[in-house]
Amino acid sequence: MTTTAIWCDRCGEPAAGADHGTCRTARELEPPRFCSRCRRRMKVQILPAGWTATCVEHGLTRS
Amino acid sequence: MPEILDQARTQVLENGVGLDEAGVLAVLRLPDEHLPAALQLAHDVRMRWCGPEVEVEGIVSLKTGGCPEDCHFCSQSGLFASPVRSVWLDIPSLVEAAKQTAATGATEFCIVAAVRGPDERLMKQMREGVAAIRAEVDIQVAASLGMLTQAQVDELVAMGVHRYNHNLETCRSYFPNVVTTHSWEERWETLTMVRASGMEVCCGGILGLGETVEQRAEFAAQLAELDPHEVPLNFLNPRPGTPLGDRPVVEGRDALRAIAAFRLAMPRTILRYAGGREITLGDLGTRDGLLGGINAVIVGNYLTTLGRPADSDLALLEELKMPVKALSATL
Repeated sequence: MTTTAIWCDRCGEPAAGADHGTCRTARELEPPRFCSRCRRRMKVQILPAGWTATCVEHGLTRS
Repeated sequence: MPEILDQARTQVLENGVGLDEAGVLAVLRLPDEHLPAALQLAHDVRMRWCGPEVEVEGIVSLKTGGCPEDCHFCSQSGLFASPVRSVWLDIPSLVEAAKQTAATGATEFCIVAAVRGPDERLMKQMREGVAAIRAEVDIQVAASLGMLTQAQVDELVAMGVHRYNHNLETCRSYFPNVVTTHSWEERWETLTMVRASGMEVCCGGILGLGETVEQRAEFAAQLAELDPHEVPLNFLNPRPGTPLGDRPVVEGRDALRAIAAFRLAMPRTILRYAGGREITLGDLGTRDGLLGGINAVIVGNYLTTLGRPADSDLALLEELKMPVKALSATL
């Protein structure tokens, strides 16, 4: 989750006003699932050495 | 020394005959102070009957999410409120995944799809994908596509798929608590067809689904009866949105006891560390398992979660003086 995130990219809940410590820890071993800008569920593809996550509105993020 | 370990030393280490269900249960019930001895014996058994080599494998999801089945541990079921979206991998990305896997020195690359069983679209993707990999990458191709028909088994053999994974997941008596959309026996049927085809059978499961220790022993005995070439051992990584999303992770010592027990039940099988070891065992436990009966690893990422960097596992194997099995040794 970036510092400018509006939404938590793991649980999809608002980034502000809640403790996402569990999400941050989990994200060390998980790719993002929600777009941190619009909360849409992203299409995630995981390869042995990396991942990509695509938001239909905000484009591609990669590891 | 507990009696069960004395028995295992003669029966398993010296004679190569695996423990039965009662013996496995006795190992699973060993008090903590005897765990190091159990792990050492399991390691000795692995070294005696399998050797020091470690088989390294990479896996990739060809078709993710949207599965019609209700396996309660799985974030790829379309029946649960999981954030995993349905997506297909294209052929160039599949080949890239195989190249990433081969670059680690791995000999195995397993193509996985979240389906009840393959439809024509998936079989077409497999035909094209396996052909593209075999043309560009020097690696053995395995597959995990759910339940198969005989015609699909035959077609996978013709493609050159050398090993087929189909996990029983848990013991027969507990399976209905985990999956309701198909039966344990249906999975067994696919495994029987795979065995008869000449493909190597890869069959394991997940520990920590809520099964009792007795059911864990039952599972080991049922796997031993199947006698698979490979047993991937997963530990539940509870996934948000799934019915098992709130279950606790398996305690590290219980996971290690299970590794030793499964090795003592199946002295000659490839016993592979699969998903969940990072959260259940961490770095120290990973080492303990490799010195307690494990002789294969999945390196890199899993299907929906991430693993340790391949370099970390390979460095650990080097430190433990466990050579990675060469491709020439598998042909």
